[in-house]
Amino acid sequence: MADQQKKSVLLDIRNLRIEATVYPPGEPPKNIVLVHDVSLTLEKGKVLGLIGESGAGKSTIGLSSMGYGRGGVRITGGEVILNGRDILKGGKEGFRKLRGREVCYVAQSAAAAFNPAHKLMDQVVEATLLHGTATRAEAEKRAVALFKKLSLPNPETIGERFPHQVSGGQLQRVMTAMALCSEPDLIVFDEPTTALDVTTQIDVLAAIKDAIRDTHVAALYITHDLAVVAQVSDEIMVLRHGRLVEWGGTRQIIKEPRQEYTNALVSVHEIEHHEQKPGTTPFLSVKNVTAAYGRSHIKVLKNVSVDIYPGQTLAVVGESGSGKSTLARAITGLLPPEEGTVTFDGRPLANRLADRPKEDLRQLQMIYQMADVAMNPRQTVGTIIGRPLEFYFGIRGRERDKRVAELLDKIEMGKGFSDRYPAELSGGQKQRVCIARSLAAKPKLIICDEVTSALDPLVANGILKLLLELQKEENVAYLFITHDLATVKSIADSIAVMYRGEVVRYGAKSKVLTPPFDAYTDLLLSSVPEMEIGWLEKAIKGRRMASAGN
Amino acid sequence: MSSPILKLIAQRIALGIVLLLAVSVLIFAGTQILPGDVAQAILGQSATPVSLANLREQLGLNDPAYLRYFRWLGGVVTGDLGTAMSSGQDIATSISGRLWNTLFLAFWAAVVAVPLAIILGLIAVRYRNGWVDKLISGLALASTSFPEFFIGYVLVYFFAVKWQIFPGISTVYEGMPFLERMQAIALPATALTLVVLAHMMRMTRAAILNVMQSAYVETAELKGLSAFNVIRRHAFPNAIAPIINVVMLNLAYLIVGVVVVEVIFVYPGMGQYLVDHVTKRDVPVVQAVGLIFAAVYISLNIIADIAAIVANPRLRHPK
Repeated sequence: MADQQKKSVLLDIRNLRIEATVYPPGEPPKNIVLVHDVSLTLEKGKVLGLIGESGAGKSTIGLSSMGYGRGGVRITGGEVILNGRDILKGGKEGFRKLRGREVCYVAQSAAAAFNPAHKLMDQVVEATLLHGTATRAEAEKRAVALFKKLSLPNPETIGERFPHQVSGGQLQRVMTAMALCSEPDLIVFDEPTTALDVTTQIDVLAAIKDAIRDTHVAALYITHDLAVVAQVSDEIMVLRHGRLVEWGGTRQIIKEPRQEYTNALVSVHEIEHHEQKPGTTPFLSVKNVTAAYGRSHIKVLKNVSVDIYPGQTLAVVGESGSGKSTLARAITGLLPPEEGTVTFDGRPLANRLADRPKEDLRQLQMIYQMADVAMNPRQTVGTIIGRPLEFYFGIRGRERDKRVAELLDKIEMGKGFSDRYPAELSGGQKQRVCIARSLAAKPKLIICDEVTSALDPLVANGILKLLLELQKEENVAYLFITHDLATVKSIADSIAVMYRGEVVRYGAKSKVLTPPFDAYTDLLLSSVPEMEIGWLEKAIKGRRMASAGN
Repeated sequence: MSSPILKLIAQRIALGIVLLLAVSVLIFAGTQILPGDVAQAILGQSATPVSLANLREQLGLNDPAYLRYFRWLGGVVTGDLGTAMSSGQDIATSISGRLWNTLFLAFWAAVVAVPLAIILGLIAVRYRNGWVDKLISGLALASTSFPEFFIGYVLVYFFAVKWQIFPGISTVYEGMPFLERMQAIALPATALTLVVLAHMMRMTRAAILNVMQSAYVETAELKGLSAFNVIRRHAFPNAIAPIINVVMLNLAYLIVGVVVVEVIFVYPGMGQYLVDHVTKRDVPVVQAVGLIFAAVYISLNIIADIAAIVANPRLRHPK
């Protein structure tokens, strides 16, 4: 019995300890422990989901099964037993023989992980040829069969294309084919669908799941999205700060989490926000705005009209390239619209940013996705938040410091942060400072462009809660741009769904999210993974029926 | 070849021609600003106002500058570079032999220097931050830091004077047997190689290191490729454009910048010819050589640009 069990175990990680050396500026190099004594076992043909926030050590653990550490990362303790032998004892030569043969890797961004200089086919069969497990003809035949299995278009010829000639979702599938081509025992999927649009993610996810099932390969599936991992894994391991939090069957983790942290992850999106009825008059109206970049004839915005009411949130939702950020640029005057107008308090705003008076600039503030590049790294938090006070109101000296302290208090950070630099803050804190900076101008409208997309779910939740509280206190309106429908549900009063530069659905939240839906909104809503086992199959089936009905 | 790429290449070539014309205007204007003119230079101290006026009339020097410019340009386009004042010889004829000598020297210096620089760059990346990398970088830096005349004289001291392996004066003549010719240029070619090596090697190293950060290099490592194959197959092809650029810049230097080395080794090339005639204030020769140097420089840079365009798969295979 014990022997049989031993046989079916593919990967056995015991007391893994991983460290790295960091070089903080102006300080001596420091050793930090990324993974503390983590153990796991994975049976042949099974899928284990590794889940956690950034810094949880999930990718680091995944890569350790290939004996690989990014940057200065090194494995300093424990054993990684693959197919019955400790790979850490094999040295560099041993790692090389194992990588691409026994264990393959699927990266987060296939667009970056494919070499732009080579054809896809050459890259797909490279590992197989390198390890000499098949001839070129065999490997290419295998690759084409995999392209077919992963439902890639033109499986016979897609290998002749270069990476830039293929879409992101397709590249992710080609990368999966590349991992499967050398018939490994284990594949490490590192956030394989995170960079994709939600409507693309579902197809890729289904393709990956089918391929795993049909080839009986085992997998470590790394993601921060519990709903995604619930669709593909047999078991889930929750990690935090490099330590194991909880490990169990998928059903147990999502239905009966034992640890508080897991529970928080499972219930992350349960923010209650009751929609407010729109007031009588909007203070900002976008009317029939059309815009294009440069002298291009391709209209990025086509005849867009939306209204924003005082103290309320309009969520603009859509995939990448749908024109949501361009709408923000048109409103702020960064991209003057070709046609249409933006009216503010009943008067038209100048098209170009340069033509707008300071008072108009003050009324519209922005917060961005990447908080760390939106702040000057050489200015202290106090200077960053104090700048709008000086610029718009001429407040200086002690009065300014007092206001900065008040603002820091509002974003739930103490005034002790005033002397810190952005580099000393966490991702969530940085975004809070950006919020405080925009509030300092006392604007009527804050445009939030994917402000929670780069943050971990729990941190993002904190930011959303803060934004909602500030809205009540300051009566500020938000134009909330996002691709994440769960966020929209928890923050919006009204919603505009954008698709290819057009607003395809617009109205109060309750109205927009209630059937009957238009085709695109339906597709979008049905693509959002739900934390429910078997959701993926149901959603795919629903889609097939819908397309058969057409 | 697709049409966007052809369009880009045509643009580059057209731009090169415009640039060359602009340079010709500058060269012509530059020589006009110098005090004295050709008539003065020819007649020297024996000039009387009358003979000067006659000669000016005869040479067309009284015509407006733009007419003289177009006359000069017309000559250049048809292969007539004018006559050297100091010797009365046809410039085109005297230059052709010397240009060939310079190209011969530059060619052999490049044949050694370019592959050596790239291979050293690859090795430096392979063993980056290790002692091999530091040694290569250190030696390369040292060889660039020394002025070329210093390197030249050190080479002469050891190889020509002390050990007497190679001649210290690189005399070449027409019909010289190939091997003897190679022996003659050994020292100047070595000096040139040492001068251009470091720049190319360091830029190769930097360009590849830049690419080594990318995700596809990690993908290659995770396929089990050896470190050197990762660099050769995955990093190098994507670093090719900046490498070609720096190689072309150095090839241009090999031709245009040989002046000092040619003078040290008394090598009968363009550089020495230029220096000779600068001292004689022979303006037509200086103009002609300047224009040829500019043409070489511009064409090599156009080649670099075109190579970078062709090396880019996004341009070669549009969507």
